[in-house]
This record gives sequence, C-alpha cells and structure tokens, in this order.
Amino acid sequence: MWTRELKEAAANLSLTARVALAVGSLLLIGGVVVSLAAFAYGREAARETYDRLLVGAANDIAASITIVEGAPVADLPLSAFQLLALAPDDRIAYRVVGVNGETLTGYDDLVLPERRGRGDISFFNAAFFGEPARYAVVTRRFAERSLNGTVHVIVGQTLLARDALALDITRNVFLGLIISGTLLLLLAVLVVRSALKPLARIGEAFAKRDPHDLTPMDTRVPREAAVMIEALNGFMARLDRQFSSMQNLISDTAHQLRTPVAALRAQADLAAEETDEGRRRAIVERIHRRSVSLGLLLDQMLSRALVLHRSDSARREVVDLRDVALEALDSGDLQLLAPETDIQLDIGEVPVPVLADSPSLCEAAKNLLTNAVRHGRGPVRLGASGDGETASLWVEDQGEGPPEAVRDSVGERFVRSAASDGKSAGLGLSIAKSVAEAFNGRLEFQNVQPSGFRVALAFPLVEGVS
Amino acid sequence: MTIVRICLLLAAVVLQSEPPSAQEMTHLFGPEDAPRRLVVRSTTDTDIFAGVVEAFVEGRPGVSVLYEQWGSNDLYGLTTADCRSGDVGADVVISSGVHQMVKLVNDACAAKYQSALTRGLPQALRWRDEMWGITREPAVIVYNRTGVPPADVPQTRFDLLDLLRPEDSPYAGKVATYDIEASGLGYLFAFMDSQEATTFGALLESLGRTGADATCCSAEIIEGVATGRYLLAYNVLGSYAEGFAREDDRIGIVLPQDYTLVLSRVLMIPRQAGNMADARAFLDFLLSQQGRTELRQALLIAPGLDDDSADAGEAVSETAQRPIGLTPSLLVALDRQKRDQFIRLWRGSFPGP
Repeated sequence: MWTRELKEAAANLSLTARVALAVGSLLLIGGVVVSLAAFAYGREAARETYDRLLVGAANDIAASITIVEGAPVADLPLSAFQLLALAPDDRIAYRVVGVNGETLTGYDDLVLPERRGRGDISFFNAAFFGEPARYAVVTRRFAERSLNGTVHVIVGQTLLARDALALDITRNVFLGLIISGTLLLLLAVLVVRSALKPLARIGEAFAKRDPHDLTPMDTRVPREAAVMIEALNGFMARLDRQFSSMQNLISDTAHQLRTPVAALRAQADLAAEETDEGRRRAIVERIHRRSVSLGLLLDQMLSRALVLHRSDSARREVVDLRDVALEALDSGDLQLLAPETDIQLDIGEVPVPVLADSPSLCEAAKNLLTNAVRHGRGPVRLGASGDGETASLWVEDQGEGPPEAVRDSVGERFVRSAASDGKSAGLGLSIAKSVAEAFNGRLEFQNVQPSGFRVALAFPLVEGVS
Repeated sequence: MTIVRICLLLAAVVLQSEPPSAQEMTHLFGPEDAPRRLVVRSTTDTDIFAGVVEAFVEGRPGVSVLYEQWGSNDLYGLTTADCRSGDVGADVVISSGVHQMVKLVNDACAAKYQSALTRGLPQALRWRDEMWGITREPAVIVYNRTGVPPADVPQTRFDLLDLLRPEDSPYAGKVATYDIEASGLGYLFAFMDSQEATTFGALLESLGRTGADATCCSAEIIEGVATGRYLLAYNVLGSYAEGFAREDDRIGIVLPQDYTLVLSRVLMIPRQAGNMADARAFLDFLLSQQGRTELRQALLIAPGLDDDSADAGEAVSETAQRPIGLTPSLLVALDRQKRDQFIRLWRGSFPGP
C-alpha cells in the first residue's frame, strides 16, 4: 500500500529535489569514502610524525652512551626528553638494555619483542602501565677492547598526541568536505532553478493566453523545452483544424438546409390548402422527392464532417484500394438510390496499397459513385489500379462529367450545382477532394476515349507491401 | 642526628615491615569524630601549612584532615610502594620533589581530575590533569646580615663565585647548601642548575674547594645562617627563608638576578585514594581565591611571583625567572644512571659524612 504512495510521491518529486537528492547522495557516499581515507591518512601521518620523535629521542640517548670502566653508561640528554615532551600529555617509557640483556637504566618491565625488524631501527606496540603505547628500538653496537656487543635503546610513548593529530587531520578534511559539499549542493539547486526557468515562463505564457487563441507558441526556448512546445503547437494546430471544420460544418449545414426546408414547408402549405385530389397527390409526390433529396444532402454533409475529422485524428494504415472499392459497392445505398443502374467492378489480381484511413476512402468512393449514378450515364465502372508509383481509385461513366466551372471550383465550401433541387454533386466532389488531400493524394478528372468521364483519387503507392 | 633518622625512615619504607608510622610529624585538623577524613601527605612543614588546612576544614564540619609531614624522598618511596601494591594510603600527596611527582604520574599512579579551576592553571603548572602546581617559591641565597657586609651581599651566582675565589676568603667553610642525596628538593635545584647554566660547574668546584657544608633541611640551614655558623646559604627555599626572616632580622635574602629558579609544589591525588571527593575539593580549594590567599599568607606563593599580584617588591625580572615546569622531561632527573653520575659529580665536591 505504502509503496504505491511512495511511487506517487516519487513521480511528483520536483526536478530540483531530484537533482539535490542525487547530488546529496553522491556527496554523502563520496564524503564517507573521503572521510575514511582521511582518517587512514591522518593515522598514518600522525604515526610517522611521532615515530620520528621516538627515533630522534632514542638516537639522542644511544649517542649519549659511553663506556666507563668496561660498562656502558647512558648520560640521558635532556633534549631527548624535551623532544618527547612535544607530545605534552603523553607518558614516556624508556629502557637502555645492556649487552647481556640487563637493564642499564629506565623501566625494567619494558620487554624487547622477540620478532623485530632487521635494521638498526624498529618499532612495536605494547601497553605501558595499562595504556596502549608505541615504542621505537634503536641499536648501537660497541666494539671496544673492554666491551663488545649491542646495546638497545627502547623509547616509547602513549598515544594521546597521535590520536589527537589523526583526529585533527580527519576533522579538518571533514570540515572542508562539509563546506564544499554544501556549496556544491547550493550551486546544483541554483543551476536547476535557472535551467527550469523557461518552463515557468512557458507555463505563464499559457496561463495568460486567450482561450480561443490556438496560434503556435514561440519556440525560442531551450532545445529540451522546444520538444514540448513543438508537440503542444502540433496539438493546438489539430485542435484548431477540428474547431474550424466544426464551425464550417455548422454554417454549411445551416446555409444548405435553409432553402430545401423552406421549400418543403411551402409545398406542405400548398398541399394543406389544395382541394383538388389530383393536384394534391402531385404535391405530396414532390414533397416526398424533396425529403429524399434532403436526406441525401444530410448524409453527404455528415460524411464530409466525418472525413474531415478522421483525416486529422485517425491513424494511417496500409489500405488496399481494392478492398475500399468492394466495400463502397457493397454498402447498398446505391441499389436503393438507383436500382436500375448497372455498376461494374474493375479490379485486378495485384493489391493496390496506400497509406490512408479506410472509412474515409470508403466515404469518398461512395460519393463519387453516387455522383456518377445520379448525374452520369450508365454503365458505371468502379475500379482500383496501380501504375508503379501512383495508386488510384476511380469511377467512370459514359456522360460528359460535370461542367468546367464545377470542376474548377471543387473544394470551395458552398459549391452546389443545385442543392435546392437535391442534386448536390459539388459536395460529393468536395468530400473526395478533402480525403485525397488528407492522405497526400489528389482528385483527378479525365475525359476517356471514345466517350465518357473518369474521376480518380490518386495516391502515392506504398512500396514493399505485397 | 637527622641523617640517622632519615636512614631509619628509608629502611622502613623499603622493607615495608612497619606500618607507615615513620612520618616526621602528624597533626589532625578538624573534629576527631568527623565522618570523613582526608589524609594529606606533604613535604611542607606542618606549621607553615596549618593555616591553609585550617581554612579548608573551617567551612566543612564533616571533614577532618590528617596532615602527615614527610621528607621528599621518603614520601616518594612510600607513594611508589602504595601505587605498586595498591594499598590505600594518602588521599592527597603534596611534594616539593617535582621530578618525583612527574615520575609517579608517568608510572600511572595518579588519578585524573578536571575542573574550571584546574583548567585555569597555566600549561606549565599541570600535566595530564594528574598533577598540579599549587605554590610559587623561589630558590634564594640567604646570608647573615651581621657577618656579610652590604657590599659583599651576592646579587648573582657570579658574585658568589667572586666571594669564594680569594685564598683567604672569609666565607670559606661558611657556606651551606642542601645535601642532594638526602633532600629531593636539593637534588632538583642542583639538577636544574646543572641544566640551566655553566656556572653550576664553577660553583660546585668553588664550594668544594672552600669546604662548604652540605646538609639536610631548610630549617637547619637557615638557623645555621642566623646563628652565624654559616654566613651564606645557596639555593634555599624562599618560602622558609622568608618565614624566618620576618621573625629574625639577622637573616637577609637575595633572589639571584642572573636567574631565579621558581618551584611550584605539586599536588597529586593517588589513583587508589580512599577519599577522592574530598581530595578534589581540597585541590579546588587550594586553587580558589581563598586558598591562594591562605597560601600567600603562608608565603608559599611568594610576593612578586604570583600571577595576579602586582606587588613586585622583591621580585626578579620576569626574564630571570626559571619556573620548574611540570613536563615529562623532568624524568631525566630521576634516571638511575643519570642520578648516579650526577651524585658522583656532586660528591666529588662534597665528600659525604
């Protein structure tokens, strides 16, 4: 349970906190490592420093040994002890061991360790009256007539000064570490703050924006933030298109429906006042025809809206134009509209793949087909074919096609050859053109020999799809 | 007489056959039936230290102080023996044998203690927070005012050498100093002299040649100067001399101007002290304002050598003062071979009795 809360908290963590956390843990780990190293170094440095004192004192004492009447006698120099007193609070142990292992002077209970280094100077650790201490042993050899042998000088000291020095070194390093670490952390926070400033600026710009303003944002921001801005701009552009197509749809619909609805109403008024049964039937017949045509108009307008919407929002897929042709033919509307017209399907064995949205293409094909059935002359042919680079979905009939004026003005919103009489070829062509352009294609008109007219949706062929 | 007594004392300490009843003198301060007793072993004469101890006992009805007066060598021997055997002996040890105390501390015989007062002491007057210098006493030259004409009074060691130089010096055989074998303090002063300046060799030679007397104990030496048996005494503890001089105008005192050794008696609390709390209270008392006033009245803090006294009446200049600092380098003074050599050197001038 709490792990989820933790995850949520982690996801909401500010960038500053993230960087501070990362830098902080880096410093912490580094700090621990450096502190350990500093402690080791401090101990080593303190050991060497004070070992030298010990050796210095032991050498002083060894140098003071003379042979008096055949026996070594140490004339302890004060300087040796003043040297040792540089560690002011440490106790001093010393012993001068004669040729036969007897104590010449000093503490009898200091014992030479059995295993010692080979050289003239060696060190060992042992307790001194219950306190840990460090000792140096210096060897002096005598080769006199009266004395031949080795005299050892042991000088030792407790460890207070060493420990204090080691601690001091460590503490200084640690202090430096804490100061520099704090500075680094502050610097990191400052850097992150300044790096994230553009984000705040962008956020502010968004907040200040008019709700209807969907124009692109200024992309002069740091590269990392530009990615976001560009995505936002793309999103807004799509929103803008959908918004305006919706507006268009509404105004088109209002504009195009007003006349047929008014005509219907006038006919209905006429019918209500007509007393002659024969004429009244004729009026009702007209009303029926007009409402069918009005239904068709509505269908077309809705399909145009659908196409416009999908062209922006639907995912592009590989679509076989032959499948689209089949589906348009099978949709059944045409059989209702003009059951007497003969429609032929003309597709080959080879697939005709394009990158598009299948329902949009289908809408376009149906509109072209409807135009051909309603305005052209049969027989009507529907086909899909590719010629290496271009894939096309086409409709052919034996008529002359629409007049030049209509061809040129396809795509302007209020094109209607005669919407009031229910023959809205312009709208169908406009839908087809929108679809073609939405998927990188175009709408083509051709007069075919010997007679007839072909309208085609031409797209770039998708390579490498069998 | 004195020598014999000290020999007996030494034997008692070394053999450990007798209970430590061999001290020179004991005195009980405070009520006999007090619930707590503080045993103080000291080299300071009882009548000199009495005022200080009385002031301590006065405000503390629950404490009595058993004050034992010892010679410095005996005190060192006894304290060392207690330390080795773990016997509960003294609660407080106060000695003028600073080098001996340093050795005791070095041998882990002392208990640690810290308070605001001990921390207030200069670094040279404490070591390891186990020993503390509580007095300031110069080593002085004492002379007989009637026997020594004012022009002859030696202001420095060089003056003293000059007095002894002539063949027919009236001071020949009339100079006294401590016997360094019998007196730990005498040994310390002589040893410090030997480290301090080359005059020591010449002085030793002069004293030996003129048949100077080496004897024990401040009181005997000073009395000898007063009676005229001696005309001069070298390296006498100033606090005793000052005490005598105040009651006896035959005695004159000089602080040598070339340098004056300044001794701080050392207080140490043995590790196995039975009454640690009162021992610490006693130390704090001695370092407190009241304690210092008492010490000053007992002349144990000499005028002019006090840190916080502006009275520079008899003072020597600060550069001439040689305080005997409490440092481990004093261990050298007690080194077996060093001591043997030093005493042999000294005996060359002062053949023993």
